[in-house]
Amino acid sequence: MADGKKHATREAYGKTLAELADEGIDVVAVDADLAGATKLDAFRDAHPDRFVDVGIAEQDMMDVAAGLSLTGKVAFTGSFAVFATGRCYDQIRNTVCDSNLNVKVCPTHAGITVGEDGATHQALEDVGMMRALPQMTVLVPADFNATRAALRLAATTYGPFYVRMGRLPVSQVYDEGFSPEVGHAYVLREGTDVTIAACGVEVGEALAAADALADEGISAEVIDVFSIKPLDAGTLLVSARKTGRVVSVEEHSVATGMGAAIATLLSENVPTPMHLMGMRTFGTSAPVATLLEHFGLDAKGIVRETREFLAEWS
Amino acid sequence: MLDLIDTRAIRLVANAMRHDIIDMLERSKSGHPGGSLSAADAMATLFFSGVMDFDRDNPDDHSRDRFFLSKGHAAPVLYATYHQLGWLSDDDLLTLRQLGSRLQGHPDCHACPGVEVCSGSLGQGLSVASGCALGLRVSATRAGTLPARVYVLCGDGEMQEGSNWEALMFAAHKGLDNLTMILDLNNLQIDGHVTDVCSLGDIDGKLRAFGWNVIRVNGHDIRMLHEALYRSKSTTGAPTAVVMETIKGKGVSFMEDQVGWHGKAPSAEQADRARAELDADREKIEKEV
Repeated sequence: MADGKKHATREAYGKTLAELADEGIDVVAVDADLAGATKLDAFRDAHPDRFVDVGIAEQDMMDVAAGLSLTGKVAFTGSFAVFATGRCYDQIRNTVCDSNLNVKVCPTHAGITVGEDGATHQALEDVGMMRALPQMTVLVPADFNATRAALRLAATTYGPFYVRMGRLPVSQVYDEGFSPEVGHAYVLREGTDVTIAACGVEVGEALAAADALADEGISAEVIDVFSIKPLDAGTLLVSARKTGRVVSVEEHSVATGMGAAIATLLSENVPTPMHLMGMRTFGTSAPVATLLEHFGLDAKGIVRETREFLAEWS
Repeated sequence: MLDLIDTRAIRLVANAMRHDIIDMLERSKSGHPGGSLSAADAMATLFFSGVMDFDRDNPDDHSRDRFFLSKGHAAPVLYATYHQLGWLSDDDLLTLRQLGSRLQGHPDCHACPGVEVCSGSLGQGLSVASGCALGLRVSATRAGTLPARVYVLCGDGEMQEGSNWEALMFAAHKGLDNLTMILDLNNLQIDGHVTDVCSLGDIDGKLRAFGWNVIRVNGHDIRMLHEALYRSKSTTGAPTAVVMETIKGKGVSFMEDQVGWHGKAPSAEQADRARAELDADREKIEKEV
């Protein structure tokens, strides 16, 4: 996408899979009655013979994908992140990951930016569950183009992948030519006072926050942690050494998400004061902008908490 | 159809498999004899009577029929089958459940030849088998060939897992006639008889209501098993369930229908008694005309 408009990361899903099938990659997708919402409908309509709907049955979805992968197919799964991980965690752990199958767990509607549907539909633990699994690669793309690239990486790299997508239209961070790699984070803005590490929709918020912090004379380095497992230790450690203070921002539980992964990395290598921004409770219903403000996960919240964190550790 | 000699040959294979099961468990001092022994006749029939199409010299042959052991705790019967096929050695059998063994406590596809996926968490094999059957059908349609078949062995206690019923709906909805489920009705689970813990009720009726072709057999009658499995290959438009009535621990008198033998290894003395019974059985089969 190069139209300058906002797009949700989920919009890349069906389109990218259709492209991959057109290119001769043997992709199939298994959804659980949410093809319209996950945007797999674009793939279903283009390649009906490659699309399977199991109905509202996420456990079956995951293991049917596992079975399809055993016949040489690259098997993607659908549904919302909360159901596509929690409802079938045992299938992902014991069949997909333990057997190291070519299954791609790529749900949409992650995090609080689901909005009005509220707590039951807002996945806040999915990254933690997925990154705990051996064999699993975990990518959280920040915009449409990064999502397209992440899905292409998943399709062309053997093994279990988790690609986390959202429903909130977000500003474009990357151009169409962006070709990220597994295990890489991307420094989007250089700075010297603090590192702000973000993923997914929070990358755009972090960039906006860095603009505002600059006006206050605070130089923030912004890193898009595109690959959460494996983490880009080199980029993160270099940045932490340089700035000496790290803020992590994600629409996910701080107990087990990207921030927790970075905290582990830093504490083992370059112990650095950190402030973890994310969720500490279940979510709730409200329009997305209201929720981001309510939980302090908009640019304003990042500015406020970064300022306080720097004052505390000055 | 099998003539008497063929039936006898398969009964002898099943007898040898039961020997393997006892030997393995005695050595490892842990494992699951009951559900392994109940399924031995079905496994012998499936792999040794020409039902399944596979290359004995190449377990990974691309065009093979697939087998999934959904009740993964019955790993010893799978290992016994593979031992009789020559895919596992005598030495392998001595390593069950030990560090570095090909014979993990539950089947591991990285460690053991012939194992399609890791199993052991119940209620998953039927979904995996369904996805595999669908994938084989899609590939065969593209290639203009007939799809390979998929066989999955499930336990009756395992049918209490709700995910199985998702899979039953899906397989019937997709008309997966290249899928055969073998359901081992040994009526025992860890906490007691299945009919006491949480009964499956009219399981045949339930499976039929879900759109499956159902064949009820005596799971220790090779001729019936063979006929049912062959019939499942020629059924079109629906998946088939071969529902087999079995005795948990079958072939070792003191283990038969005893809940305590679900997950316990025999002592040396008990293993000797079991082997003596199996030897007597073998002699009886050999003497039949």
